[in-house]
Amino acid sequence: MLKNRIIPCLDVKNGRVVKGINFVDLKDAGDPVEQAKIYSDGGADEICFLDITASNENRDTIYDVVKKTSKKCFVPLTVGGGVRSVEDINKLLNCGADKVSINTAAVENSKVVLDSSKKFGSQCIVVAIDAKKNGDKWEVFTHGGRNNSGIDALEYAEQMEKNGAGELLVTSMDRDGTQVGYDIDLMAKISSKVNIPVIASGGVGNLDHLVDGIKLGKASAVLAASIFHYGQYSIKEAKDYLDSKGIPVRI
Amino acid sequence: MKVIIVDYNSGNISSVINSFREVAQEKVNIGVTSDLKKIKSGDKVVLPGQGSFKSCVDALYKIDGLVDTLNEFAMTNKKPLLGICVGLQMFADVGYEETETKGLGWISGKVSKIDNQNGKFKLPHIGWNQINIVKDSKIFKDIKKNSHMYFVHSYEFIPENKDVISATTDYSSNIVCSVEKENIFGTQFHPEKSDKEGLKIIGNFIKI
Repeated sequence: MLKNRIIPCLDVKNGRVVKGINFVDLKDAGDPVEQAKIYSDGGADEICFLDITASNENRDTIYDVVKKTSKKCFVPLTVGGGVRSVEDINKLLNCGADKVSINTAAVENSKVVLDSSKKFGSQCIVVAIDAKKNGDKWEVFTHGGRNNSGIDALEYAEQMEKNGAGELLVTSMDRDGTQVGYDIDLMAKISSKVNIPVIASGGVGNLDHLVDGIKLGKASAVLAASIFHYGQYSIKEAKDYLDSKGIPVRI
Repeated sequence: MKVIIVDYNSGNISSVINSFREVAQEKVNIGVTSDLKKIKSGDKVVLPGQGSFKSCVDALYKIDGLVDTLNEFAMTNKKPLLGICVGLQMFADVGYEETETKGLGWISGKVSKIDNQNGKFKLPHIGWNQINIVKDSKIFKDIKKNSHMYFVHSYEFIPENKDVISATTDYSSNIVCSVEKENIFGTQFHPEKSDKEGLKIIGNFIKI
């Protein structure tokens, strides 16, 4: 039986790990390579790096981080943030990333997803959707949550699947950093709309939120940052908890 | 001893290289090349593969003489070869991803899309799944029963002769996830991304 994945996410800025509340208020908290190794040794099913200020600053640090991490971690490594082109994807894959997540560039130019999934295979193309509720629908935001594209998130999810995305990483902008739980409604709606796996993100504050993301949100994988990063819970505690709730996990 | 990872522009092989180097340390020489002479001089060959069946087969044929060299290595000289993911799928006679494409024909069978039972199962099959080892295979030495391995694929290899199957995994149906036929080994999952148990499989292949 396929197991639900737990994915710790490390927000990286200038080669250092940070995690913000609602994408601002950054706190420095460690070396990404060491952190990733601790997570993979602890049973993380996958590691995610998000280069949060990549669009504005020197990106070379992330390539170095990916290179070093991929020599130490032998679980899948997903890298996102500031990925603009097929060439950027190529570079990250060559450094040792297994998947690349594309956010703003996928909204601005759907050809990036089409071309990259053709060139490298859908298995390594993750489309990251930052969605914010507006009335009874959700809209897709870009540039780290700063710009509203006005695009309907559900329709967009379907379109990205058609364009060749292998997975969708769905973050609720309303919930990110709040620790009150995933936007279950959003996750469940997108999950039932597409046939590719959905990774739920944004808002995890305790282990029940992970359970809800899978059971109610129908996500294939759950992503979280703060609860793991500040030692509130270990990956093992999270997995044992999910297991006790009848969710299939790799233990 | 020299293990050659065939670099034929089939997508991202850095994880395969990293994992083999990690396992081999300094004791075994891990080469990465598409040079035919170097492949011939290797003791073992690893054939990775990402993307579609068609794109991988096309990439093999793009390098003049590569398919002949691999045929000679695996079929004539019977030296150990490990195919990973689409690398394994290409052992088949034919694949149906994108369009009907002829494979290497080393193990009779076909590669078709996993039956997702009208959307009941998401595709690709991405993530950790347990493998059910159905026959003794040299690459599974000391691998625990029901070990978890990392999968990413939408197509499955269906061999004609079931005797070649060394492990299956449960997703929609019992999917063939590992084969062994004489000197030819293949895994549908990614040992290079399957944590400690995966690295053990790589170590076992190096030790054959």
